[in-house]
Amino acid sequence: MSDTTATHDDNGHDHHIVSVKAYGMVISALFFLMFLTVFMAFVDLGSLNPFIALAIAVSKAVLIVLIFMNVWFSTRLTQIFVAGGFFWLLILFGMIIIDFVSRAMVTNPQAWE
Amino acid sequence: MAHASDSLVAHHFEDIDQQNESAVLGMWLFLAQEILFFGGLFAAYFVYRVKYPDAWAAASSELDIYLGGFNTVVLLVSSFTMAVSVNAAQTGKQQRLMMGMLVTLALGLTFVVVKFFEYKAKWDHGMIPGSGFVYHSTTGDYFAGVNPDQIQLFFCLYFVMTGMHALHMIIGAGLLLWLLALGYNGHFGPHRFMKVELFGFYWHFVDIVWVFLFPMLYLIDRSWMLQG
Repeated sequence: MSDTTATHDDNGHDHHIVSVKAYGMVISALFFLMFLTVFMAFVDLGSLNPFIALAIAVSKAVLIVLIFMNVWFSTRLTQIFVAGGFFWLLILFGMIIIDFVSRAMVTNPQAWE
Repeated sequence: MAHASDSLVAHHFEDIDQQNESAVLGMWLFLAQEILFFGGLFAAYFVYRVKYPDAWAAASSELDIYLGGFNTVVLLVSSFTMAVSVNAAQTGKQQRLMMGMLVTLALGLTFVVVKFFEYKAKWDHGMIPGSGFVYHSTTGDYFAGVNPDQIQLFFCLYFVMTGMHALHMIIGAGLLLWLLALGYNGHFGPHRFMKVELFGFYWHFVDIVWVFLFPMLYLIDRSWMLQG
């Protein structure tokens, strides 16, 4: 992806510069998603609500990381570092979920007999 | 071949691109541990939200959705002005860079001031976690029967999470003052902009934290507001 979009400045360096127009498009999308998430809080969909709120927040975060934080246009090595950061977060949440759902099995051994 | 940027490359780097990429990687390592730092707080939040869903919805409804929404707008706009500042630094637009960082600083301080007044309202209602905590319900009997201890737990997490976020905003404001001073002295140019760009990463990261904090803390269930 960086191959097709990378621009070279007048010194031949390949540090990609994102245009103000691109930033403008991202901030418009972020505002749309913000209004959407506020609107959805007023609609009672039961257990679906938290998943919708999280999905919208993740979409906003992805937009910010990829464009505002330049990751879409970064080198593959940088992208691996970024993915690593979020992968560790996945480990953190994964381990806690395993602990949370398996706690009852330890204090109540019949659960797995 | 001699580039104008050659003098900016430290002796242990091959060229300016390698030096810049090293700086970006270092910044992302720092942000990775920031992700885990806030991740731990969010993990505690989610565990207790699953355990006490009714108290979470009731406590969330005590937060001021208008001030929270206003601050969300302020922070999103400040991320945009910071992104424009980075573009200005990269393209050598000195005046736009200074203006962009000044506006970002003003918006960041606005956020912290609004947050102060939100905290003060909670203080006045006695909703600071501790021995004097009282659940001051403003939602009528929509959330009747919730356990005040669980409400208090929500406010523990609310103050720690938004407090750590606000601390990051204050540190960011300090860094912006430093960057403004550097910019005032003509430090930045089309070959020297990494400090602005990496600060932008930090500022956007703090924005992302708020992107999750706002719906998770303020917007759990607002349908009661439509029922009069």
